[in-house]
Amino acid sequence: MEAVGELTTEKSLDSAGAKFIAGGTNLIDLMKENVERPGRLVDINHLPLNTIEEIEDGGLRLDALVSNADTAYHPLVEQRYPLLSQTILAGASPQLRNMATNGGNLFQRTRCYYFYDTAMPCNKREPGQNAGPSGCGAIGGYNRIHAILGTTEGTEDGQSQCIATYPSDMAVALAALEAVIRVTGPNGERTIPIGEFHRLPGQEPQRDNTLEPGEIVTAIDLPAPRFVDNHMYLKLRDRASYAFALVSVAVGLEMEGDVVKDVRIALGGVAHKPWRKPEAEALLVGKTATKENFRPVADSLLEGAVGYGHNTFKIELAHRAIIRALGQAAKLEPTA
Amino acid sequence: MNNVIGKPITRVDGPEKVTGKAKYAAEFNVPDLTYGYVVSSGIAKGKITHIDTTEALALAGVLQVFTHENRPHTAWFDISYKDQDAPAGSPFRPLHNADVTYSGQPIALVVAETFELARYAASLVKVVYDAKPSHTDLEAHLSEARDPQWAPTNFLKPLPPKPRGDSKQAFLDAPVQMAAHYVHGVQHHNPLEMFATMVQYESYGNEDKARLTIYDKTQGAPNSQLYVTQIFGMSSSDVRVVSPYVGGGFGSGLRPQYQLFLAVMAARELKRSVRLTLTRQQMWTFGHRPATVQTVALGASSEGKLTALNHKAIAATSQFEDYTETVVNWSNVLYPCDDVTLEYKLKSLDIYSPLDMRAPGGVTGDHAIESAIDELCYKLGMDPVEFRLKNYSEIDQTDKDKPFSSKELRECFRQGAERFGWDKRNPTPRSMRGEGHNLIGYGMATGIWDASQMPARAEAVLTVNGKLRVSSATADIGTGTYTIMAQIAAETMGMPIEDVIFRLGDTDMPLAPIQGGSWTASTVGSAVKTVCDDLKKTLFKTARKMAGSPLAKAKLEDVLFDDGSIKLKNDPSVAVSFIDIVGQNGGRAISETSTSLPDMLNQKKYSRHTHSAAFVEVQVDEELNTIKVTRAVSAIAGGRILNPRTARSQIIGGMVWGIGSALQEDSAMDHRYGRFMNHNLAEYHVPVFADIHDLDVLFVEEHDEIVNPLGVKGLGEIGLVAMPAAIANAVFHATGKRVYDLPIQLDRLL
Repeated sequence: MEAVGELTTEKSLDSAGAKFIAGGTNLIDLMKENVERPGRLVDINHLPLNTIEEIEDGGLRLDALVSNADTAYHPLVEQRYPLLSQTILAGASPQLRNMATNGGNLFQRTRCYYFYDTAMPCNKREPGQNAGPSGCGAIGGYNRIHAILGTTEGTEDGQSQCIATYPSDMAVALAALEAVIRVTGPNGERTIPIGEFHRLPGQEPQRDNTLEPGEIVTAIDLPAPRFVDNHMYLKLRDRASYAFALVSVAVGLEMEGDVVKDVRIALGGVAHKPWRKPEAEALLVGKTATKENFRPVADSLLEGAVGYGHNTFKIELAHRAIIRALGQAAKLEPTA
Repeated sequence: MNNVIGKPITRVDGPEKVTGKAKYAAEFNVPDLTYGYVVSSGIAKGKITHIDTTEALALAGVLQVFTHENRPHTAWFDISYKDQDAPAGSPFRPLHNADVTYSGQPIALVVAETFELARYAASLVKVVYDAKPSHTDLEAHLSEARDPQWAPTNFLKPLPPKPRGDSKQAFLDAPVQMAAHYVHGVQHHNPLEMFATMVQYESYGNEDKARLTIYDKTQGAPNSQLYVTQIFGMSSSDVRVVSPYVGGGFGSGLRPQYQLFLAVMAARELKRSVRLTLTRQQMWTFGHRPATVQTVALGASSEGKLTALNHKAIAATSQFEDYTETVVNWSNVLYPCDDVTLEYKLKSLDIYSPLDMRAPGGVTGDHAIESAIDELCYKLGMDPVEFRLKNYSEIDQTDKDKPFSSKELRECFRQGAERFGWDKRNPTPRSMRGEGHNLIGYGMATGIWDASQMPARAEAVLTVNGKLRVSSATADIGTGTYTIMAQIAAETMGMPIEDVIFRLGDTDMPLAPIQGGSWTASTVGSAVKTVCDDLKKTLFKTARKMAGSPLAKAKLEDVLFDDGSIKLKNDPSVAVSFIDIVGQNGGRAISETSTSLPDMLNQKKYSRHTHSAAFVEVQVDEELNTIKVTRAVSAIAGGRILNPRTARSQIIGGMVWGIGSALQEDSAMDHRYGRFMNHNLAEYHVPVFADIHDLDVLFVEEHDEIVNPLGVKGLGEIGLVAMPAAIANAVFHATGKRVYDLPIQLDRLL
């Protein structure tokens, strides 16, 4: 990690707006649209962060620079974390998955139309710069792809600043698998649980995650395999491939006969981060896997969900998707 | 024999395309090229009060920033800005003045030594607006709709005829009625190739005159040439437009786009060659399929005879032009009725003018009428194919009750239904199920489009090597023009197709109309046939004059043209080869240029159309509402099929487009800003491979001696027309829910 350490303390990064670039599948697009204007690009592709290795406690370390494609098709990932494989392959296109890296995937920026269009107001792109009632173009605008959960949490006045969603598929599975993000920075190495890596917009919608300045993701650690037999990533979208999720659900179940011993559920396409709620999951533990028992779990997961007009349908759609994905993971339903 | 018409010849331009040799407008290079980048307006309506280009101009390598304040003078009058496809009104003039009339309007052009520099400099141009409220929501302004102004384009895209009988009363009196309201959003063409122009600037004389060679993305090089010469007051001998390959058009290239104007303006001012390419986002800043709201009210007798036909449409247009398309007439071309009202109105909004987009108006109106008929059939308890046979039109009531030049639609129904297995349909909604949660739906619809022929010219040259070179300034937007024209020429001349080359897309070639309306096969094909027939006569005359010619006493009707020779019919061993004829001509190539004109006198007695029947199977998840088109059959009556391979490809393309149109395509506007928000191909969805399953095409036999000498009708649009209605009808059959608006995204079924 010496090379990485040197890089993160290098002076070049102090200059305003330096950015790391790996696959560049999102950053380059954003630069073309003048949304990202880095003063300097630091190519990190030469860093020795390109293996997938077993770690102690039976887990697996996915280095940051391994491509999404190589990760999804890695034998150990396919055998031990089929949920992750399935999820990665539900995202983007083969071309993009060949270029995109695991580390970069965590830093995908939202697909919010207003964020992408510099002629439109956006608190994420230009925090505190925008006039109008909210400063967010999507609120009151065309918001079919936007968030229904966690949009007001942490705001001073209960008024949302941003209803963008975090678009990654991969991270939704990582949330269900309770991955840990390894980070190196000026103050050394640290680990961040995936659930604390991304954040809700609150009063600082410009911040997508909890990384500190100068920090870099070096790897994603997966804990010992779970949910090999009972898992599902259900992605609902406007076309069958190369489209971001309107709603997605990653489910992992530990079953004993037809009884649920443990469960993890993460939602994508509904919030500023992969959405998990342990209290909702707990409702299913010790219960028989039936539609009737899934329903309260979906109710609980979507508690407090708010629609903004065009996206209000997501509340009902997510509810149905959760029940379906649980049923599929429990093998009550076909997965086709 | 050289009978190649009707053979599945592979595309003659295929190798060029797959090896990357085929060059598109933005790929032509010249020394000392400069690069442009367009700055687009961020507001939909108002005035530019200040535009500051200092920072951009201060960068080394930035040559100029053109704005309304410093643009050169161009033609005064609207007429000079009218291209061949211009509707009534005042065409848009880039950088004309400080007014902003739609969001995304070009308001400045940066020209620099590199593309990257131009793009960066464009981001430094500061604009201050005095914004005014804009109105872009058609549904909010329906009561202000008005009649469109007439324009010459309405010869091809007729406005509705006068009402027939009393359709209001007939509707009230009808024992079976249906009425519904259909809303279509905006769609953008989005060909893969972005709009681009490269202007090669060459001065001559005392450096004060210039000759421009313009590589333009267009569906008609002559149209771009006309536009440039009129606006910039240039002689056509100084403006050559070249466009050998077009990376998709779908109608977007029927009118010159603003990058052509801007690139020519900049080249002339800077006396440099300029390349200007629009971005994908800027592909949402010009023509599009307009938003349309339709109402259909039908009445029928209890036996299933249509007794009242009301079809009304209101479409959006810009503040500066009355773009029109034929939306409602099709209903009455398809279904005869004594009491008919067809109505088409416009509402001007703060948007750019709409533009013909694959089956313009046709697919819009067809979706409404064919969904309405399906709904009526449910009320009647009648099979939708049976209804269509019972109400089959033998005359065109919208056009003086003329008979059809040919119409094998019955065969489309019969063969299409059989191939699809329509008889296995249980008509009750939600009655057919697939695996798991999948509901299965079968739907069908009729499609119709024009079979037009326009005037065109072509040149044919028998070269000194005995090869044939044929040319016409038409386009090949991926449709197969290169291939079918080579076939027509080869067969007409009696030559192997390998010895024939067809060229297009250059204003130095004989004039042809813009490539649209499904008329190129018919129009340019006829010109190619005519010029080859003329060339044959010349060759024959020359052959007869040869010393000791075995054909000296033969007449034209005594000979046949085969295998590169003229042979006596009754003794084919007596022959004179084309090569020898060239020799007789002193070793010089022999050429002819001919004009082909439609036989108006004969054609105007008939209504001329292509027809289709589409049968579609969908699977709809009853809880999640995801829709999959699992199977579709299109039966096409399109006259003579010149090449089954390229023809099938055309129809498949139309069917795929229909799936996108029905389920995905939607340029979503935020009406507070009058701006399309999903302006990129990640968020504006068109089908991907994973969306496309089993598509089947069949051509029914159709002979037509009226449409043109070749009997060909054109296939560019007909594959699309019936698909959205057939899909919508299948979705109803699967779910029992009738979705009237397109696209049918899953939330519309919730």
